Amino acid sequence: MSLRSPLGRVLGLGSAKGGSGHWYSQRVTAVALVILGSWFIASLVMLGAGASHAAVTGWLHSPFSAVMALLLVAVTAYHAQLGLQVVFEDYISDKGTRLVVLVALKFALVVAALIGILAVLRIAFGAQA
Amino acid sequence: MAQPERPLSPFMQYRWQYTNTLSILHRITGILLSLCFFVLVYWLAAAASGPERYATALAALGSPLVVPLLLGGLFSFCYHLLNGIRHLFWDAGYGFELPVARKSGWAAAIGAVVLTAVLWIVLGASLGGAA
Repeated sequence: MSLRSPLGRVLGLGSAKGGSGHWYSQRVTAVALVILGSWFIASLVMLGAGASHAAVTGWLHSPFSAVMALLLVAVTAYHAQLGLQVVFEDYISDKGTRLVVLVALKFALVVAALIGILAVLRIAFGAQA
Repeated sequence: MAQPERPLSPFMQYRWQYTNTLSILHRITGILLSLCFFVLVYWLAAAASGPERYATALAALGSPLVVPLLLGGLFSFCYHLLNGIRHLFWDAGYGFELPVARKSGWAAAIGAVVLTAVLWIVLGASLGGAA
């Protein structure tokens, strides 16, 4: 006779394993992006389409804008990774291909995020135009 | 012997309707916004690389082939934002009743079109003013 509870016997036997952490992170980043995305679009409207180089660097020279831009880049990359991961998992059935694509996705987004963060920091710490 | 009638997977038998249209649109706009993220990084990197690189990037982004893509990106942002808020309300347990879900769906779709149009006109006006 097993002394394990009925719940204990079935836990971890499903096909999904983990997932609540992914789900929760996607929602938290979504709430953050409601604020950060709206701020970015409002900034674009303030700067105007085809804003001059001086206008853009002046904008990111303010500590508030720089922090918001850093958050925007980092949180967008994370949210995109979480979302695209689900898309690829849904449509790529071959496990080997899926693994390669998911790792490539992570690499691409981390590299892009670091380029974006470095760019914002260079402008924020650079000489004002 | 003929194959007996087998049950079909739900996605094979559901009728096409507004709910799945809005759902797949959320996914498509999400994919487009992920591509826009790379455009944002390109724009920031160009701005950090000096006025010449920035001017080159602006010319590339303002070319007739790219501008429609940016319009698509703006619509993707507006729709994913509004429908995303709808999803967050669902996740919190609100708005599942059919009449409410139908209304919020229409609000997200129409709101996204209106918001895109307003933002595009405002951004376009700023371009005209600067020139």
